[in-house]
Amino acid sequence: MRGITKRFPGVVANDRVDFEAAAGEVHALLGENGAGKSTLSNILTGLYRPDEGEIFLDGRQVQFHAPRDALEAGISMVHQHFRLVEPFTVAENVLLGEQRSFLLRTRSLERRVADLSKRYGLAVEPRARIWQLSLGEQQRVEILKALYREARILILDEPTAVLTPQEAQVLFETLRQMASEGRTVVFISHKLHEVIAVADRVTVLRDGRTVATVDTADATPRSLAALMVGRELSGTVQRQAAELGAAMLELSGVWTPGDRGGEAVRGVSLEVRAGEIVAIAGVAGNGQRELAETITGTRAPSQGSIRVAGKPLRAGDPRAAIAARVAYVPEDRLGVGVAPSVSIAGNLALKSYRGRHASLGPLLRLGRIRERAVELIRHHRIAAPGPHAPARLLSGGNLQKVVLAREFSGEPRLLVAAAPTRGLDVGAIETVHAYLRDAAADGVAVLLISEDLDEILTLADRIAVMYEGAIVGQTARADASVEEIGLLMAGGHDPRED
Amino acid sequence: MRIERRLRQPRWLIVAVPAGSLVFAFFASGLVLLATGHDAISSYRKIFDAAFVSKGVLSDTLVAATPLAFTGLAAAAAFRMRLFNIGGEGQLLIGAITAAAAGLYFGGSGGPSAFAIAAMVVAGCAGGAAWALIPGVLRAFFKTNEIITSLMLNYVAAYLLTYLVFNSHSYWRESKGFNAAVFPTSKTLPDSALWPAATVHVRGGIVLPLGAGFALLAAGVLWALYSRTRFGFEAQVLGDSPRAAQYAGMRTRRKILAVMAISGALAGLGGASQDGDFRHTLDADPNGLQRQYYGYAGIVVAALARYNPLAVVLVAFLIGGLQNAGNTLQGVDFPSGLVGVMQGIILFSTLGGELLVRYRIRFGRSRPEAAPAVEPV
Repeated sequence: MRGITKRFPGVVANDRVDFEAAAGEVHALLGENGAGKSTLSNILTGLYRPDEGEIFLDGRQVQFHAPRDALEAGISMVHQHFRLVEPFTVAENVLLGEQRSFLLRTRSLERRVADLSKRYGLAVEPRARIWQLSLGEQQRVEILKALYREARILILDEPTAVLTPQEAQVLFETLRQMASEGRTVVFISHKLHEVIAVADRVTVLRDGRTVATVDTADATPRSLAALMVGRELSGTVQRQAAELGAAMLELSGVWTPGDRGGEAVRGVSLEVRAGEIVAIAGVAGNGQRELAETITGTRAPSQGSIRVAGKPLRAGDPRAAIAARVAYVPEDRLGVGVAPSVSIAGNLALKSYRGRHASLGPLLRLGRIRERAVELIRHHRIAAPGPHAPARLLSGGNLQKVVLAREFSGEPRLLVAAAPTRGLDVGAIETVHAYLRDAAADGVAVLLISEDLDEILTLADRIAVMYEGAIVGQTARADASVEEIGLLMAGGHDPRED
Repeated sequence: MRIERRLRQPRWLIVAVPAGSLVFAFFASGLVLLATGHDAISSYRKIFDAAFVSKGVLSDTLVAATPLAFTGLAAAAAFRMRLFNIGGEGQLLIGAITAAAAGLYFGGSGGPSAFAIAAMVVAGCAGGAAWALIPGVLRAFFKTNEIITSLMLNYVAAYLLTYLVFNSHSYWRESKGFNAAVFPTSKTLPDSALWPAATVHVRGGIVLPLGAGFALLAAGVLWALYSRTRFGFEAQVLGDSPRAAQYAGMRTRRKILAVMAISGALAGLGGASQDGDFRHTLDADPNGLQRQYYGYAGIVVAALARYNPLAVVLVAFLIGGLQNAGNTLQGVDFPSGLVGVMQGIILFSTLGGELLVRYRIRFGRSRPEAAPAVEPV
């Protein structure tokens, strides 16, 4: 790709970007959020058309007028948000858009999918329906789709965001295997160690421009970070353990049903004390979300008790949790944490609109709500066009700030944060971490649910590992080793043996 | 040519685009008029005169507009929360049935007229609300698609109305007189159950039906409810993202029930107004309410008004005027379908215009033509 320029209203997403990847290599595309990685890959897959620049494939210039053209040229992409049809089976999704004959030949299709998944170590049941799968498994389906289409170029947008370290290792092996067969793998990421672990070469983007293309053999995380952000990053700061207060959250023997039938949370007992950050590590889909929802009242447990600040919490009632000053940063920002089309002011008042400051009987005090929003926007430095703009216009980092600003304005005693930094760029991640640290320093009990072990090791005082709905191990951070936690997350044995 | 999403929606656009769409619609309808051998300008003048200007026509326009305002408000109330109540039609019919019963019962009891009218209003609202709560409960507790259930109940309501007029033991059926025994008709409401109308003495007198006043009042209340209250805020969040609403501790089931009930009550009040203001009886086909399809027209009115209750009243008035003009002018020279065509074109261009509020169209080079033969890298 040469001299690619793509302008959007108000922003130049790609500014004369040059990019080339050879057959048989894993080529990483590194850059912060907004650096233009996704735009570039969307151009390569025919979703966008470049305003300027040319694309060459095997030496021949090509023009993609539609995603179909790129697909036919052998370019497949695994998007960050998967493009799967949830009620369909794995095999049906793999076939999607590739159906040539009128009749579905389910059997042979399933067999092919099973063969492919075995050959590339992509464990997934062809007959399972998508909604039953964890995010990691859904990703495998996306890769299977590409393999089924015999893609020569596979682009993966932030593929490890939904994976555990072990799952990521398996993915990396798959990618290497694909490259060794002469395919080209373009790996988009903003995680440095991953890039170094999997890629042969790296192209770094910054502010829509190509900064450099380097061999990973010559690169260090530091040198790449410097290229990516244009400055050296400060090393991660380990948190000083604070003085611990009374138990703010006590779970005993909590069982909660999941969406797919059966219990998603199986007999969890856990305590979080004021001023403490307890992290729950685990592969997505092992009951963490359901646990968070149980504590915050959006899901009713079938057994067990929840006590907040010593008092039993009425289960299954979000209002009771809000009244008990339980703050919740949900995993899905847009859609759960924030109502997309509602104004920023409305979203900031989402939990306080019933209170005396925001309403007078059934009437809303719109002036107060707006003033409060302006104040919060300023105080939390939310980059927003104004309090009345719909929340969906905000970037991921600013959206998360809206959630944090709202949750902290309720003066929480307990904060449940689920994957609070997923999909955010380096700067925004640091901001979120600072919020969590400050909260603990102020005596808030923090329950952090994360799949990012680096994050957990930086922040947590205590680490609990969740596997198949149960806590399979707890350790103080000081005694924690990545290997041991990783092993527990994978159910005590290597996932590659599955 | 490219279509781009607008990052911001300027305020003037929200007014300019619908106005522009309307102008375009009149232009396009003008082509239809020309093609059918009419002089567009003079046709428009005739329509406008017959709808709003000539002596006495405003009274008829209000007759046509009042039920549209009620069903339009009913649709707007529910659609704002993305609760697609298509059952305004059935809820209006049920409201007309219950209000007629109340009017027959209380109007004939010799009490004050105000009491009978109040009873009709309450009965109409309650009937419509109860009918709307059937899909409401199914949706809130069993996640049934309310579009289908509310739509199907329209047919049930229409047949129920017919049955109540035809069944010889029916409370609603007229049993006295020879004609009534041969041709089933419904009882006429007693005088004290008829709704009064104010007359403004300009241009030959404009009759303002009580129902039109209720519709205006309801629009104001609905507007305040949605823009100024906790209830409205909750409905907005729930319509946008049910999971966010649950997360914020909103009672989602109650809200669905409440909004369906409000929507149904508004349509039911429209039915009561039909009894009290205009029809003074509950007749079945071929003269009956079932052939008016106010409920469906109300959905169109609500869509044109972008679900804004105040705009619903205005749109209902304009569409009512157009229909009134169509009725007056129809004849050899002016086929009755023509007004329908115009309505369709207006709806089409207004909804199409929505695109321009959210997106903009740019003209220019979409991709480079230059393809110099360079060795690929």
